[in-house]
Amino acid sequence: MEAKIIQMEPSPKVVQLSEVAADCMLLFASAVRAGFPSPATDYEAEPIDLNAYLTQNPTSTFLARVEGDSMIGAHIEPGDLVVIDRSVKHTSGRIVMAFIAGEFTIKRFMLKPDGAYLVPENPKYESIKVSEPDMGRIWGVVVGVVKKV
Amino acid sequence: METTRFALVDCNSFYVSCERVFRPELNGRPVVVLSNNDGCVIARSNEAKALDIKMGTPYFQMKELAKQERVEVFSSNYELYGDMSRRVANTLAQFTPNLEIYSIDECFMDLSHLKPEEVAEYGKQIKKTVERWTGIPVSVGVACTKTLAKVANRLAKKRVGADGVLVLESKQETEEALRQTEVGDVWGIGRQHARRLQQLDVHTAWDLQKLPEGWVKKHMAVTGLRTLLELRGKPCQELEIEAPARKNICTSRSFGRPLTQLTDIEEALSTHTVRCATKLRKQGSCASSLTVFLMTNRFAVTEHNFCNSRTKQLASPTSNELELLRHAISLLRVMFRAGKRYVKVGIILNDLVPASEVQLDLFSHQNDEKQTKLMHTLDTLRQRFGHHSLKYAVQGAIDESNRHKEEQQKAPWMLRKDHISSCYTTAVEELLVIRK
Repeated sequence: MEAKIIQMEPSPKVVQLSEVAADCMLLFASAVRAGFPSPATDYEAEPIDLNAYLTQNPTSTFLARVEGDSMIGAHIEPGDLVVIDRSVKHTSGRIVMAFIAGEFTIKRFMLKPDGAYLVPENPKYESIKVSEPDMGRIWGVVVGVVKKV
Repeated sequence: METTRFALVDCNSFYVSCERVFRPELNGRPVVVLSNNDGCVIARSNEAKALDIKMGTPYFQMKELAKQERVEVFSSNYELYGDMSRRVANTLAQFTPNLEIYSIDECFMDLSHLKPEEVAEYGKQIKKTVERWTGIPVSVGVACTKTLAKVANRLAKKRVGADGVLVLESKQETEEALRQTEVGDVWGIGRQHARRLQQLDVHTAWDLQKLPEGWVKKHMAVTGLRTLLELRGKPCQELEIEAPARKNICTSRSFGRPLTQLTDIEEALSTHTVRCATKLRKQGSCASSLTVFLMTNRFAVTEHNFCNSRTKQLASPTSNELELLRHAISLLRVMFRAGKRYVKVGIILNDLVPASEVQLDLFSHQNDEKQTKLMHTLDTLRQRFGHHSLKYAVQGAIDESNRHKEEQQKAPWMLRKDHISSCYTTAVEELLVIRK
């Protein structure tokens, strides 16, 4: 068999390790240890953030404490904290915090053919018809309730 | 990238507006906010301005009027204002990341990316969004320099029909705005320059920008020249997106009532020192020297005036509050004279350097790493449990965190805050209450 000369590729550029060592270090997410590496490092995640769960927009979100019982039917009870996002649109059917006749109140906002209503969820109380804009205004939309049991 | 279009967003009567968000019944009523220790008026609603209550009016002088006209009076609640300010700035950051927080109630924004015909609508959108998200009403002024944006903002508030948004895009719009602006109302023109200019028949911003550069540079220095060029539409000031680290930090408060006992003043000074050192570490600096000052009541005619200060040069820059406390207290003890009635004490940390550039002193920093760790731990604990959770014995035993509990005994040096509102957004026990 005839020997053949195989042309070699030119040898690759020699890289000084010390020059790039700093960049290489970034590859390790955890300290290098001899021994079995933690299989969890690839799956690292942030702990659950209740703030992120309760609101889309922390900048426009406020908390308030409930003392009244007019929304018991919607599971908003005295002692609860309500999470109010002012950037959410108050569409019909949403629970809102409103400032009506000099007081803050939480009610369900309902648009009906004859006007806008603030509807309680407790048979003890009556609905409020918002007949004129001067009566008050909607402060924000309730997006969550925080309870301690 | 150079900014070619600046917006200045300014909160209207900011402190008053913060109070009104949580007390909507105060809309349309005269409201004022008092300075630290309930001294003077520092913010007024339009209704209070209409009653001719001036900025800086001492509270005791307007007490009678306040009663007659049912003026609502608040002590300043910086915890609330700070949080609302942060919310406003965060809302603005939705519109552009290139944002300079200029003061607690003002931000400059870069709107260079917009087409001229889009600007007015964008301004309205900014105003509407801030008001809806935070409840704080704002005015928006837009122009090609910071100084002109300030001019535009002022007119946006005043001009009927502007509805809080004014854009100066064309030459005519700018000229008209400058003609409507008094020279003393131009950003950066102090009262003295204004008086002098008026004597020279320079009454409006329009007159001012017509002056020759040489004259302005000679009589009003470089800052005056910068104002002149900016009024002509040539930007001389870029956005400062990252606030530069401050060169010195000061914490001082007037006492709730005049003090005569050294221990009371020591309590106050050590509390200020801890606060000041916390601020120092937060901006990542170390102080090279510290100054303590102590004042007697300068309004009391019967007493000899006494305002003294002492400075201590440190062996090497530090942010260690143990060390700062030790020096502060010893400076105070040197200055203190028995038999005087003191009204104020304060500390200034000077010649700040970045913590990363501090030269280690072989002798005083034996335990440097340990101390840094300790300070870090203190900062973390205070951040989580409040500034009052951890104290030095020299700060006294009274808990200033329970400021709303009336039965709470108050340290004599603590501020008077007789009209303080709740910290609605930063303290869970002070939230808004819904009774219905």
